[in-house]
Order: sequence, then C-alpha cells, then structure tokens
Amino acid sequence: MTVLLSIIAVTLLAISVWQITKIFEISNLGAKKDDSQVASEKDNDLQGKLMFAFLVFIYLVTIYSFVSYTKVLLPESASEHGYTYDTLLIISFIIIFIVQTVTQALLHYFAYKYRGINGRKASFITHNNKLELVWTVIPAIVLFALILYGMTTWSDIMNFDEDEDALVVELYAQQWNWKARYAGDDNVLGDANVRFLNDFDGRNSVGIDSSDPNGLDDVVVTQEFHLPVDRKVIFKIRSQDVLHSAYMPHFRAQMNCVPGMITEFSFTPTTTTADMRLNPDVVAKVNRINKIRYDNSQELIAKGEEPLEPYQFDYLLLCAKICGASHYNMQMKIVVESEKDFNKWLNEQKTFSEVIQ
Amino acid sequence: MSAAVNNNVENHDDHHHHKETFITKWVFSQDHKMIAKQYFVTGVLVMGVIGVLMSLLFRIQLAWPEESFSVFEIFLGDRWAPDGVMDPNIYLALVTIHGTIMVFFVLTAGLSGTFSNLLIPLQIGARDMASGFLNMIAYWLFFISSVIMVASLFVEAGPAAAGWTIYPPLSALPQTQPGSGAGMTLWLVSMAFFIASSLLGSLNYIVTVLNLRTKGMTMFRLPLTIWAFFVTAIIGVISFPVLLSAALLLIMDRSFGTSFFLSDIFVQGEVLHYQGGSPVLFEHLFWFLGHPEVYIVLLPALGITSEIIATNSRKPIFGYRAMVASILAIAFLSTIVWGHHMFVTGMNPFLGSVFTFTTLLIAIPSAVKAFNYIATLWKGNLQLNPAMLFSIGLVSTFITGGLTGIILGDSALDINVHDTYFVVAHFHLVMGISALYGLFAGVYHWFPKLYGRMMNKTLGYVHFWITAIGAYGIFFPMHFIGMAGLPRRYYTNTAFPYFDDLADINVLITVFALITGLAQLIFLYNFIHSMYFGKKAEKNPWKSNTMEWTAPVEHIHGNWPGKIPEVYRWAYDYSKPGKKEDFVPQTTPIAKGEKITEH
Repeated sequence: MTVLLSIIAVTLLAISVWQITKIFEISNLGAKKDDSQVASEKDNDLQGKLMFAFLVFIYLVTIYSFVSYTKVLLPESASEHGYTYDTLLIISFIIIFIVQTVTQALLHYFAYKYRGINGRKASFITHNNKLELVWTVIPAIVLFALILYGMTTWSDIMNFDEDEDALVVELYAQQWNWKARYAGDDNVLGDANVRFLNDFDGRNSVGIDSSDPNGLDDVVVTQEFHLPVDRKVIFKIRSQDVLHSAYMPHFRAQMNCVPGMITEFSFTPTTTTADMRLNPDVVAKVNRINKIRYDNSQELIAKGEEPLEPYQFDYLLLCAKICGASHYNMQMKIVVESEKDFNKWLNEQKTFSEVIQ
Repeated sequence: MSAAVNNNVENHDDHHHHKETFITKWVFSQDHKMIAKQYFVTGVLVMGVIGVLMSLLFRIQLAWPEESFSVFEIFLGDRWAPDGVMDPNIYLALVTIHGTIMVFFVLTAGLSGTFSNLLIPLQIGARDMASGFLNMIAYWLFFISSVIMVASLFVEAGPAAAGWTIYPPLSALPQTQPGSGAGMTLWLVSMAFFIASSLLGSLNYIVTVLNLRTKGMTMFRLPLTIWAFFVTAIIGVISFPVLLSAALLLIMDRSFGTSFFLSDIFVQGEVLHYQGGSPVLFEHLFWFLGHPEVYIVLLPALGITSEIIATNSRKPIFGYRAMVASILAIAFLSTIVWGHHMFVTGMNPFLGSVFTFTTLLIAIPSAVKAFNYIATLWKGNLQLNPAMLFSIGLVSTFITGGLTGIILGDSALDINVHDTYFVVAHFHLVMGISALYGLFAGVYHWFPKLYGRMMNKTLGYVHFWITAIGAYGIFFPMHFIGMAGLPRRYYTNTAFPYFDDLADINVLITVFALITGLAQLIFLYNFIHSMYFGKKAEKNPWKSNTMEWTAPVEHIHGNWPGKIPEVYRWAYDYSKPGKKEDFVPQTTPIAKGEKITEH
C-alpha cells in the first residue's frame, strides 16, 4: 500500500513539475529561441510577478495559520508570573508582525516593481548614511526596550525569595518517569543522594538519606502530584541519570534536571484544575480532542481493538530534554486544588519513615 | 612546490609544466577548483541526500505514528523497523544524524568548502590557495570524517542518538541508550577529523585572503563574498578547537573513567563512580562552538547573496562598508551569545540576563544586513535568474526566521518555548533554509565557473518555487505546535492525548516536507545533466564585475594564462553613470576623468 501510494505521489509530482515547466516554456513562446540560460525580459516579467504573488502567499499562510491554529495554543496562564510572560510574548509578537509585514512587503514588492527591462539602467546608489543610521538606530531602540522589559521579567521570575510559607516540592527525574517529593510537616527536604537509592530494597525511590531527621516526614509520590492554589511553590529539581527538563507549559515553567546538582524554579498556581476545565478555550480544545479520539476509536473498534479513553483536561509535567527511548512518554499529572483538599490528599500519602519500616 | 611562488603577477606558464596524472588531477588534487568540486560532491550530493532522506523518514513517522511503512523497513531494516514500525531509538538516531549531517557536513563543509575554495583565489586574483597541499589534506580529512559518520550508521547498536548537541550523560553512558555505544564513539572520532579538516581549511582561507590578493585588491575592494568567507574562517578557527576539547573530554569520560561532565549517577540499579563533574560545563563548551557555528553556516550564504543580489540588480550593493561592519559585528557578538541556548539549564539567572542582552544586540547588525539587501533591490534593474530568486528567498526566510529569535533570545520568553517545536521552526528557517538557499544560489550562479556550462534556468525556476512554498509550508505551522507546548524530539505525540489536535498539522507539515524533499530531485537532475549536457558557458554570463569571470572558462592550473590581472576599482560599479555598459569589471582601469566610486 505504502509503495503504491509513494509511486502515485512521485508520479503526480513528476507530472506537476513537467506541467509547470511547460507553463514557463509556453510563457516564453514567441520570443526568439534563446538558450543562453540567462533570464530574459520575459523571465524577469513572469518571475517578478510571481515574487509579488509569493508575498500574497506569505500573508495568506500567516492569516490562515492564525485563524485556524490559534485554538491549539496553550490556554491562559495558570500561574501568577505567567500573565507577565504572556503580555511580554504578545508585545514581542506585535513587534515581529509589524516588522515582518513591512519588510516582506518591501522585499517582494521591489522584486516585482524593479524586474528587469532590457536597456533600462539601474540607479547608481552606493550608500546613504542618514538612511542607514535610521535603520540602525530604530531597531536598536526597540530592542533595548525589549531587553529591559525581558530582563525585569526574567529577574522577577528567577530571583524568588525562599519565603517561609512557600511550599517546597522536589521534582525527581529518571529514565523515564517523574516523582515528586514533599517536605512534610517541617517543610524541609531531607538530604538525598543517588548513593542511597539501593537502601531498603529499593523502597528509597529518590535516595533520601535516612540518617537526616528532616527526611523522615518527606512524602514521595508517583503518577500525579498536587499543588494548593494561590500558594507559592518552590521546586527543587533533580535527576538520577541523564539530563531531563521539567516542563509545565500551562504554568509557563521549565527548568532542566541535571544529575549532580539541584536546580530551582518557582511559581504560584492561580487556577485550580477544576476551574481550568471550565475555561472556554480548554472546553473547546477538550471537545475537539474527544471528537478526534472518538473517530479514531471507531476505526479501532472496527479492527477489533480497544477504543480510546475519552480525554479530560489535566495540567502536565513533561520532559523537554532528549533523554532516550521513552523521552516522548515521560509524564506526570499535576492537580491544582484548594489548600484544604491539598492537605487532605497529602495526609493520605505515606511518609518516608512509613515506607521504610 | 608551486605554492610559494604562485601569486607572482608574472607569467605563470614558464614554471608550470609538471605532469598531471589521473590521480593528481582527479583524486589527490591540490587545485582549489577541483577541491571545491570534491567538497560539493561529498558534502552536498552525498551527505546532503542522506541528511534530507533521514528527515523525510522521521517526518513520515511524526505524521502517521500509528501506521507501519515498508519504506521504514527498506531503509532501516528489520532490526530498527520490524514490520515497518519505527523503533524509538532509531527515531532519535535519525534526528541526531540529520542534525549533525546538515549542520556540519552539508552547511559547513559543503557550503564553505565549495565556495571558499572556488572563489577565494579566483575573486582575489590568486593562482591558488596559499597552501594547495594543506588544502588537499583538509578535504581528505573531511572525506575520512564523512566515511566514519556514514559507517556509524551501520554499527549494531545503532548510530549516535543523543541529539546533535550530544549532551552528556546521555551521550556518555551506553547504559542509557543503545546509540551511546559504538555509534557515539564513531560520531566523536568523525567529528575530531572534521574539526581538524575545518581548521586546516580555515587557516588556509585566512592566509590566502591576507597575503595573496592581486595588485590593487585592497581589503575594501574585496567582494563581500570574500569578506564573509574570511570572517567565517576566523570564527571557525576561534570556536572549533573548543568543540574538539569538549569531544576529547567526553571521550575521556566515556572510555577512561574521568568525571568531567558526570556526577552522582544511578543507572540500571547501579550507582556509578563518577563524582564532581557537571553536564552544564559540557553545554558551555559545546555552545561556545555551537552558536558561532550558526554564523559559520550563515555568513557564507549571506556573502554569496550579497554578490548575487548586487550583480543581478545591476546596482552597487547598498552600504558596502555597513555590510562589512555588520559581518564583523556579527562575528564578534556570535562568540559571546552562546548562553542563550542554556537559559533553563540551571545556569545562574544573572548570566541569563547578560546573554539576553548580547543576543538581542546581534539583531541590530542582522537588521542592517536585511535592510541593505532590500535597499539594493530598490531602483535596480533586476535580472531574476534562479540564483537571484534563491537570494531574495534567503532574505525572506532570514527575516521570518530571524524575527522569532527575538522571542527565543529573550531569557524570560525562552522559558516556555525552550526545546519545543518553536525552536525547531525558528532555526530551520533562519539558518537551515536560509543557508540552503545561499548554497543553491551559489550553485546556480557559479555553475559556469565550476563546470564551464550553464544550468537549465526553467528547472531552476521550478525548483525555487516548489522549495519556497514548501519551506514556508513546513516551518510556518511548526511555530504553532511549539507554542502549543509540544517538546521536540518526541517519537510520537500519541502518549499525550492533550496533543491529539496537533495531528492534522503534523500531517500537513509532512506532506509539504515530502513534496519539498522530492523537488530537490529536480535540482540533482539539473546539476548532473548540466554537468555533461548543459549549454557551454560564456566567459562572463551574468555580466559580473568580480575577477573570477576574467579567468578562462576552461579550468587551467594557475587560473589565468599569463599575468594575473590588476584591480583598479571596487567590485560594485554596476550601472555607473557615464559608462556604456551597466557593469565595469574590477580589472578595468579608471578612465580619464572618471571619478572613483566612494563607498
């Protein structure tokens, strides 16, 4: 089947190339036979017009992409700094669009407008210091503004205080899953090192040092971890084997996991999972996804296989750094909920001292 | 050896009657024109085809992850694609080798190797490179490097699969993935040869440009191509040795138990002995080359474009000195921006601010270049040859791809798009496609100089338009799947139902990629066919000012029979008022009463 399809595709392509070649040739009919392989006036005319058409094409691709793909983008931010992030992103995009629209227009319009005519001489212009100054200084000013804005945002995000009441959570990466560790009642994570991973018959899954009293009340969870809404979270991030990257796109958060060191990131979740599921963009996205999954399920059922589970929105922790075979499937669910629900959930989990008993 | 005396302006024939055998002419040639062709055939025609083919394979996988394809079985064999289902490990290997081949073998060796070799002696008026022997050695080291890289595809555990950036520990520990065994060793050995080749080549280019310019060819009369090749070679000499040191340290970690990049590692139930190293150190070393590498790829393409746009606009390049200044500024800044690849690696956030600053600064000389290209078109008399179309196309993708750099270079904004498809879209447009366009433009323009024949223009037009539409079709939508939060290097997106609605976009991208990939066959056909059956070229088919077009069409050893012509003017006296023709070659003396063009 594939072979057949490929053959058909190649054939169609060959035919279309042949046709286009013909069109170019026919457009040159009437001109006296010119096989110099240097662009003739006719070539210039046609190619210049095509350049203009290409400008239209670029604009159409842009418009089409924005109209039909904006819906696949991430929903509004679920973290506090995410709003600043999104504002900066939008401002940057507006600047990009203005520059893109104008420069592409000039480039392709000039390619069309000044397409060569036999016997015409180009203007002899070597440089223009004033003009060049203008297009050096204007980008410089715009960029400096962006740099300042970006730097303040960056420093606000990265230079967080170690508040007393911030929740400390360790994200622990390995090939190919995530674990999370809570600091327990003392809110201090016990010391840990990969050397302790084989202690207690492998039950010490993130390598907590059992001689450190701070670690005894720590709680390690797999599959999903919970966060209380509106409380600052400080992530301490570790990896036991290769580089991974803790990527939580809905919170505009990412930090690499580096074996041998502890990296940090912090954000304050602002929207509970339940509220985010009611967000109109998310509702629309989930509906779209479930329609796709339903269609795919019909095919699977027809083949006698299990249908797909319907999808429900959840925040995600993904791995964004190439880390081996199952890099594509390294995920953990994040649940944001009220402080009360969070405490209830956390109390149900086993502490480290309970696990190693 | 002829090299020592090869730049005299005296008659060259009298000391040049050594015999050429088949071996010295076609294989171990020391002639820069032959070496240029050798680079092109090895780097672009062989390695390029392999690199592009790989991308098509993994694009098919990404579009239809649930299907099985016999084409996988054909190319990857039973081991890596049993029943036509691609193995995740070979997916990562394909991505890795595609990146390595395209960045280093095609766009560094293929592009610089071909055009620096062909054009530096011909455009500055030299008999050959400063050292023809070193030049030959450089090519053969590159050849060995290519052979080793291709051989690595056939080792049992598979080729290197840690990404083209080969970050340890993944690349250091064979326990973490099969590709980090023998495949990775060969990758490192191949790159060591490659770096040696690149250094020898670059040194030769630098020395040649500085010492072998013909009489009258001052630095500010050099065509911009030469400025670009010259500065590229300098960046290469500065940064490639750092990659070599990173590779050597990695080899030590892999084979001799050192801990430069490794610490506190637990794999497969075992605590490894490594203590005290840091992968972040490797990232610094890698990107100290890795970022300048972007400009090593791009600057030659921009140089080629400058030359082609001026010639085909029949107009001086706008702001020659500003162009030279921006090449120098880009070269300098390129060595102090590497940290923008590392904003979220755990590097000190203050460094993030510094690198944001230097990175966004580099947008200024880049913007100057783009504006100057546009200003060169303005009021020109554009000869829209295929080379010219690719040059205009380059400016277009350079702008589109470059602008998103404003987002990625901003540390704050990088957080959420880092290592997503947004990055993939950005760098493919700004350096991949742009540099490829520069390569194609160069081939269409200088084919008459390479083979003494013309390429077919109609096929050239068809090739350009399919490629141009395809490039935007592939990479424009890709920004969106990146901003939807999809990380790069995922073997399939089906593990996350959240990404299910990106499937259609992935299919669209793959369809464009297949069409664009197949369209390159038109170029291959045109190239090979024209080599033998193309129309015989005139001496100066594009009515260009630069010196290479004063050399005879037939390649002769020493480039010019008799004396090397002298140079009297800059390279861009196109449509100069008071002249009958719309071009005045650099070798034309200043006429009585003619004003020397100030530039």
